[in-house]
Amino acid sequence: MTVSKPVTAKTISKDEFFYGHKACAGCGGSLAVRIALKVLGKNTVAVLPAGCMSAVGFNFPQLCFSNNAIISTFAGTASMLTGVEAGLRAQGITDFNAVGFAGDGGTADIGLQALSGAIDRNDDIIYICYDNEAYMNTGIQKSSLTPFGARTTTTPAGQNIHGNIRPKKNMFEIVAAHGIPYAATASIGYINDFMQKVQKASEIRGTKYIHVIAPCPTGWGIDTSETVEIAKEVVDTGLWYLAEYENGEFKLNHRPKEFASVEHYLTRQSRFRHLTDEDIEIIKTSRDKKWEYINKNFG
Amino acid sequence: MKPYLRDFVPQNLEDIPEATAYEAGYLVTKNAGWRNVRPVIDNTKCVGCLQCYLYCPDGVIFQDDNKVDVDYNFCKGCGICQKICKVGAIRMEAEK
Repeated sequence: MTVSKPVTAKTISKDEFFYGHKACAGCGGSLAVRIALKVLGKNTVAVLPAGCMSAVGFNFPQLCFSNNAIISTFAGTASMLTGVEAGLRAQGITDFNAVGFAGDGGTADIGLQALSGAIDRNDDIIYICYDNEAYMNTGIQKSSLTPFGARTTTTPAGQNIHGNIRPKKNMFEIVAAHGIPYAATASIGYINDFMQKVQKASEIRGTKYIHVIAPCPTGWGIDTSETVEIAKEVVDTGLWYLAEYENGEFKLNHRPKEFASVEHYLTRQSRFRHLTDEDIEIIKTSRDKKWEYINKNFG
Repeated sequence: MKPYLRDFVPQNLEDIPEATAYEAGYLVTKNAGWRNVRPVIDNTKCVGCLQCYLYCPDGVIFQDDNKVDVDYNFCKGCGICQKICKVGAIRMEAEK
């Protein structure tokens, strides 16, 4: 494996591969897609299942990807990546990246089987899950990556039940449990870390998985200007973490000196505004339990 | 290189491809009308750190002689650039 110099704001490609799209103002998912494609370059084939990024990127004749990009079935992001990779390889083409951008629903619910199959075959693909914590494209329905307590249209907040009653599925470790060559978590609030993980993924052979938190102003109930700020805050509160899995080992990339206020993070989003002090206590306790596990098992 | 606005807008049946494939990066509409506020960059304060360029979800901030400028055809006015700018070189102005 060649280790190249980490890509930065000054060295990243000036080309734009995702431009003129119809995503909401301040969309976190579109930032993740835009930056990943800039790191990967023009010889990249992007696969987009049903979800926000295909809905905002392909409105014929407004076609917002300047690299090769194709829409897959909702469940078939990873299997289409397998086909793209095999097809290009069969033509003798070697200098390319096959990358998929699926949302949290398209990854952790609907596309999980195809993803698991691709990792099992160790196909040479990059799978990026942009996680905005619900089915935002269809109008904010709960996915298995929606966190505890979040209000969605299918987990409304009432007097008895305060939003989503289930915790967020641990997708990163589920993927890692396959023995994948490279998996990582990231946040668009720490964009340099994300860029370097995409770059690293492009230099590793076999299946790569990056799980990037990409807040949605519409679904989270925040101002369009707050997307990046809140993506940083979720890492600073310890409710999300930046880590990698490589060669069978977990590695933590960023350790907050002390956790930022969970209350501040939650109450600024309208999806969490109904939470009681007890609900917030449950969220904090589960965070502390997670970090106990991280401290024990992550290098 | 980036997707850019074209003069020709396919409208008739014969303009539409038979397969679901078409030229990549083909833009026919702007996003400017979405905006209530616009970012205005004060180039005397800009230090060229490029953080606004990096964090723009629409990629509309571009480098111009070590400083930055905005493609107002596609800026949606989200305001992320103003928040990210450490030296306060970006202010949001109401669209008239």
